[in-house]
Amino acid sequence: MFKIDFSDQKFRAIIIQTIVVGLLAYGLYWIVQTTAYNLEKRNIATGFGFLNDPAGFDISFSPFIKFVATDSHFAVYLVGLANTLLISVIGCIAATFMGFFVGIIRLSSNWLLSQIAYVYVEITRNIPLILQLLFWYALLINLPRVKNSIAIGETFFLNNRGLNSPQPIFGENFIYVTVAIVIAIIVSIVFSRWAKRTQETTGKQYPVVLINFASVIFFPLIVYFISGSPLDFENPELKGFNFVGGMKIPPEFVAMFLGLSIYTASFISEIVRAGILSVGKGQIEAANSLGLRQNVIMNLIIIPQALRVIVPPLTSQFLNLTKNSSLGIAIGYADLVHGFGGISLNQTGQAIECMAIVMATYLTISLTISFFMNIYNRAIQLEGR
Amino acid sequence: MLSFNWIRQNLFSSWTNSIITVVLIYFLASIIPPMFDWLFFKATWIADDRTGCTSDGACWAIIGARFYQFMYGFYPTEEVWRVNLVYALLPFGILPLLWDKMPLRKQFLIFAIVYPFLVFFLLYGGPGLTSVASNKWGGLLLTLFLGLGGIIIAFPLSIFLALGRRSKMPAISAICVVFIEFIRGVPLITLLFFGSMMLPLFLPEGLDIDTVLRALVAVIIFQAAYGAEVVRGGLQAMPKGQYEAAQALGLSYWQMNLKIILPQALKITIPALVNTAIGLFKDTSLVIVIGLLDLLGIGRAALADTKWMALHVEVYVFISVIFFIFCFGFSRYSLYLEKKLNTDNDSENK
Repeated sequence: MFKIDFSDQKFRAIIIQTIVVGLLAYGLYWIVQTTAYNLEKRNIATGFGFLNDPAGFDISFSPFIKFVATDSHFAVYLVGLANTLLISVIGCIAATFMGFFVGIIRLSSNWLLSQIAYVYVEITRNIPLILQLLFWYALLINLPRVKNSIAIGETFFLNNRGLNSPQPIFGENFIYVTVAIVIAIIVSIVFSRWAKRTQETTGKQYPVVLINFASVIFFPLIVYFISGSPLDFENPELKGFNFVGGMKIPPEFVAMFLGLSIYTASFISEIVRAGILSVGKGQIEAANSLGLRQNVIMNLIIIPQALRVIVPPLTSQFLNLTKNSSLGIAIGYADLVHGFGGISLNQTGQAIECMAIVMATYLTISLTISFFMNIYNRAIQLEGR
Repeated sequence: MLSFNWIRQNLFSSWTNSIITVVLIYFLASIIPPMFDWLFFKATWIADDRTGCTSDGACWAIIGARFYQFMYGFYPTEEVWRVNLVYALLPFGILPLLWDKMPLRKQFLIFAIVYPFLVFFLLYGGPGLTSVASNKWGGLLLTLFLGLGGIIIAFPLSIFLALGRRSKMPAISAICVVFIEFIRGVPLITLLFFGSMMLPLFLPEGLDIDTVLRALVAVIIFQAAYGAEVVRGGLQAMPKGQYEAAQALGLSYWQMNLKIILPQALKITIPALVNTAIGLFKDTSLVIVIGLLDLLGIGRAALADTKWMALHVEVYVFISVIFFIFCFGFSRYSLYLEKKLNTDNDSENK
């Protein structure tokens, strides 16, 4: 039965846990009470009703959702979320490519090249990101005026109002090309699985990469021409004092893109370097003595083993980049924190609700990213036999 | 090192390498001299305002004109000796923690424990010293206060959180897991907003915490969660035999952790802890979004001054250099520690 004995570990554990949970519950209760009192005293409304109220301010950058000032605060939230996700996804992709590039350059046999990569890494990762964002932003808004835009290849124009780039215009038939791309990707995945199984059972090899590459590129390309080239680009043109047509990418977005990807790339490059170095020299020597070709060694020996080391820290870099996109508030990029957590919060005064929603959203994004990266990570881990 | 052979092997080992080297040398030769011209040779060092900077180079005069603010913020001039004293004692407060062969280390370690309290007393004032409100603090003072203060105060918290997360009591470990994962899942900015806007709502009237302390609380919570995961990594790396041996000796939970596990686990986690500390130190500059004037905030205030318009590059370069010195220094230190730990373990294995 139940006996009171303080030298019994289990009994002690129950007592300690009861006390801790009790204190925590009381603390929360006390905070809720005080907060309710404070809110009432300051005449701050509570509840989520404000989400339906008109926002009353404009958001200049909203590439996917049409937004006008009479839209609700909930629309502000959606626009902010879309902008956060947009810069995060584009930033992650760019940072990964740059990071791999710099990481490989760092290991180059050319001393000068690897030293330049080293200097880049040390400078970017030892200076606060917010400072780098402000720096890029200051550079961008001090660019020449629209009339004297810096032209890059007669299609991109950089000026103090941002970047003007060609806008893709998708024709009606473009849906066929999209379908073709999806089909080609599915076919190539099935094909590589089949080829792998055949190789494991019979030893017969197929040029998987070449065939897949050809099918993913050529099949959609053929469909594209058959359906009558349904993709056009509208180039920006200088008319009077402004550019007409094309995409207008505001300096805030360009600064965020440059800052986030350059900063994160330096961390990713170190991860990639460590990953490649972690593959034992013996592995490469053994592959060489088996007479494998250099690209086969890279694809089948080095990359699969390096990825195992690279993926977990890469995940946390993606998470960091997503969270760091909240620094957009410093340069006025209308993301979740700036749009909803900043302007909406100040207008409605409902700090608790706004911050709770913003935090919950980031938490959801973080957990989702780590969930999917965990699945991928498990797929490439060493299979214990 | 720079022999003919070295050059041939490292710069011109193949045709492609030779081409890359030549292109890079051309690139560097066309970029570095103008950069040095701008930074040093053609720069203006002393001027009264923007119009005084007539040369093509940088206008460093803005830094000189605002140097006091960059170092102390708006700390009253007659009390500034207190900040200087804090700066002067800083090496003695930190070195004994970092340098294990420091002469008189034991004595200095005691001072290192007293130092944080001394800093609070000197900066805020108290018996015998006039009090200085924290909204007068700024510049490097605030950056160091938030950065180092956050790191030092968060350290014991992260140990408790890590131990709690590995605790066998389900309620304790659940609380720690939720806390750690929640803090790690949200950006620091939202925590700073939380501190600056929501904390006043949570506390009863009359209990007013000033803005700097609210930011410090957010920074501490943030660093504690990240540090906890690093410490947990160290705890997990401990062989099970260490726990079993300690238990077999009849040590209690706290005796086991304090005397056996933590000394070993913390030793191997110090390099990683230093790295998270560097991250936090950089992140302290986020406090500009809640209106504090740290180094970056003072810099932005200087840019807004009509006397010194459009000197962004100069101001940002100056602040970057300060951050770089601190962060690069600490990352070198962490590398040195890693190397030292590796050799330590090797000698034990022999």
